[in-house]
Amino acid sequence: MRYVDEYRDREKARMFAAMIGEITKRTWTLMEVCGGQTHTIVRYGLESLLPKTLALIHGPGCPVCVTPLEMIDRAIAIASRPDVMFTSFGDMLRVPGSRSDLLSVKARGGDVRIVYSPLDAVTLASQNPGKKVVFFAVGFETTAPPNAMAVWQAHRLGLKNFSILCSHVLVPPAMEAILSSPSNSVQAFLAAGHVCTVMGFREYLPIAERHGVPVVVTGFEPVDILQGIYLCVKQLEEGRAEVENQYRRSVRPEGNVRARQLIAEVFTTCDRKWRGIGEIPRSGYTLSPAYAGYDAERVFNVEGIEARESPLCIAGAILQGMKKPHDCAAFGRECSPERPLGAPMVSSEGACAAYYRYGTLNHR
Amino acid sequence: MCLAIPGRVVSIDKGATPLMGSVDFSGITRTICLEWLPDVTVGDYVIVHVGFAIGTIDEQEAVETLKLFAQMGALPDGQGPDGAGPDAGPH
Amino acid sequence: MPDTPRGDLAAGPACPIPIADYPHVTLAHGGGGRLSQQLIETMFLAQFPSEALRPPHDGALLQLGNMRLAFSTDSYVIRPIFFPGGTIGELAVNGTVNDLAMCGARPMYLSAAFIIEEGLPMEDLWRIVVSMQTAAVTAGVTLVTGDTKVVDRGKGDRIFINTSGIGMVLPGVHINPIRATAGDAVLLSGRIADHGIAVLSVREGLEFGTELKSDTAPLNGLVAAMLHASPDLHVLRDPTRGGVASALNEIAAAARLGIHLREESIPVGDAVRGACELLGLDPLYVANEGKLIAIVPGHDADSVLEAMRSHPLGKEAVVIGTVVDDHPGIVTMETRIGGTRIVDMLSGEQLPRIC
Repeated sequence: MRYVDEYRDREKARMFAAMIGEITKRTWTLMEVCGGQTHTIVRYGLESLLPKTLALIHGPGCPVCVTPLEMIDRAIAIASRPDVMFTSFGDMLRVPGSRSDLLSVKARGGDVRIVYSPLDAVTLASQNPGKKVVFFAVGFETTAPPNAMAVWQAHRLGLKNFSILCSHVLVPPAMEAILSSPSNSVQAFLAAGHVCTVMGFREYLPIAERHGVPVVVTGFEPVDILQGIYLCVKQLEEGRAEVENQYRRSVRPEGNVRARQLIAEVFTTCDRKWRGIGEIPRSGYTLSPAYAGYDAERVFNVEGIEARESPLCIAGAILQGMKKPHDCAAFGRECSPERPLGAPMVSSEGACAAYYRYGTLNHR
Repeated sequence: MCLAIPGRVVSIDKGATPLMGSVDFSGITRTICLEWLPDVTVGDYVIVHVGFAIGTIDEQEAVETLKLFAQMGALPDGQGPDGAGPDAGPH
Repeated sequence: MPDTPRGDLAAGPACPIPIADYPHVTLAHGGGGRLSQQLIETMFLAQFPSEALRPPHDGALLQLGNMRLAFSTDSYVIRPIFFPGGTIGELAVNGTVNDLAMCGARPMYLSAAFIIEEGLPMEDLWRIVVSMQTAAVTAGVTLVTGDTKVVDRGKGDRIFINTSGIGMVLPGVHINPIRATAGDAVLLSGRIADHGIAVLSVREGLEFGTELKSDTAPLNGLVAAMLHASPDLHVLRDPTRGGVASALNEIAAAARLGIHLREESIPVGDAVRGACELLGLDPLYVANEGKLIAIVPGHDADSVLEAMRSHPLGKEAVVIGTVVDDHPGIVTMETRIGGTRIVDMLSGEQLPRIC
């Protein structure tokens, strides 16, 4: 595959791994925020190629994992209604709520459907006027323009039976929250390349400056990640704290202007609760007043649902990089991919599932 | 997050709102929304996330990067031509 | 396995699956991964004591006088019932033919039971039945008995088909996961994930245009050619739902040995790769319906490979790994960039992802 295979090349990977080994003179802690990058790191066994003095922490970069428990419970309540067709991305189906998950709703006869694209949900709404079609709009900034387009299109078509359950989260506020925490150990970031393809990377300049941390916008293939790590370590060793762009084939400083315009029209920034972390101010999107009629939380009465998190789950500490999955007493015992207690065990990008599925033999 | 992969634009439906087109991924084709890349042409490579093209691949940048990799691989300690390594430059 | 009072039918055994966990069967229980395994072990194996069921294999081997018979059954509930490259009917025939072939048996006779949903067009039924006869002729088997039921509209997904079959096992052939030995070569007959992706390509919500076809095919001819080259094949397995990864994990667990793979050697077609990349699916976990895995003594690998490559269904056969003493029960893989990872068992269904 063009523009993919070149960045999965064994020789290039080996070259960067060797270069990282040469320039790493001290102990450093890096974080990659993006779940897709976590997936690549674990799936290709990248950590086994790095010096032991480099620690890679997997941050809260999986929108599936950070969707608040209350939101999952609301999704389950809405999906359980007989007049509803509930549509969602695939990985949301197994995320555990307080008592159940969407897959179980499907098992009990609920009309729950996986879609690849938010526009497919709009098509289903126009084809099924007798059903209330709800789309579970989760994601980071990358998925915000697609979700916005679904609402915009539904509005243009005059659909009265379409709404979205919106749980969007934003990366820079999360990075800010992690860096501001007194127990923070992160010294450099690999920024999410596809988020930046949409948003550009100018918002990271004040973060790098204020906290003195290098931020390298990085792609998703193994060679991209290794190059990103190399650039981070180089900055750290040289005492710099700049924003660099490793993913130049896809990311421009201003991002995609038209996509950002659509986000600005359909969404507004709001405070958002992150599962396991708590509320981070101005860290989410909600529908703007002009499109508020498409908000499933308004269309359906889902207030008063009491969320109940598992007491064994330490997802919060894991998502913020303060603990690793193996530090959790329930890892591999009460909590496994078949019976996840928390979200990081569900999506294969969640740190816990990634370790469970691909983790090195030393850790098992 | 953000599983997105490069694909080649094979056709564009200029009459559609939003702008749609067909994108090929190694033999699989899918209808993809191209609304945010109004200047895209057939043959361009785009990055696709959940059925939407969110950016184009800058082929020039890709070629430069791969050239740099090749040069690094040829030198003894992997340094770039300026001796400073594959520095993508600060912004 | 839980203790169950055998013979005490009045009291009845307690349901072994913790009700708190799964009060209802979910789709994941049918996915071929850990949950399926758990269901089989804690429900079915707990109740059915026959030794022929242990270790779980594609078919049962039974001694009838001087003859060794293999006996297998398979149900097909696939949606859609027509997909690029095949129908539910030929899947049902090939599926049981292959289960028997994986026991080292020569498949001979099949039964077919149909559960048809009220309202299925006669045209569709005819198309399915014709495809079954064509498949049977291609495989060299005969359909000798069957059953038909019709259920109310809405109570069945258009049509469900069960096929069962018997075949004869030749003397000297002993195929079973426990025969795997450290040093054995792991062979794969061709490119993976074609069937699963072909089916996905027409499923609602995930449509994409593709030339891709299911690889459904009867493998008994290929197996016969392989046995001719080396009667001492240790293990055969067709990696259906759950894919190559699940099949190898099951074998490693039954054999109590490790398996080490080389990612670079595993063949995947371009279009299949494209679809997997698009949806975030790992081809190692996607179903195949016309491929097999063979575990053979290292010194036989070359001759078996040659026999495979001379057969139309084995043209792209390759060695993909080795059986090892280390990490018993675990499958590892050297990734294409040189790292090492574990290829774990699938937990439930593999779902397309956005992450």
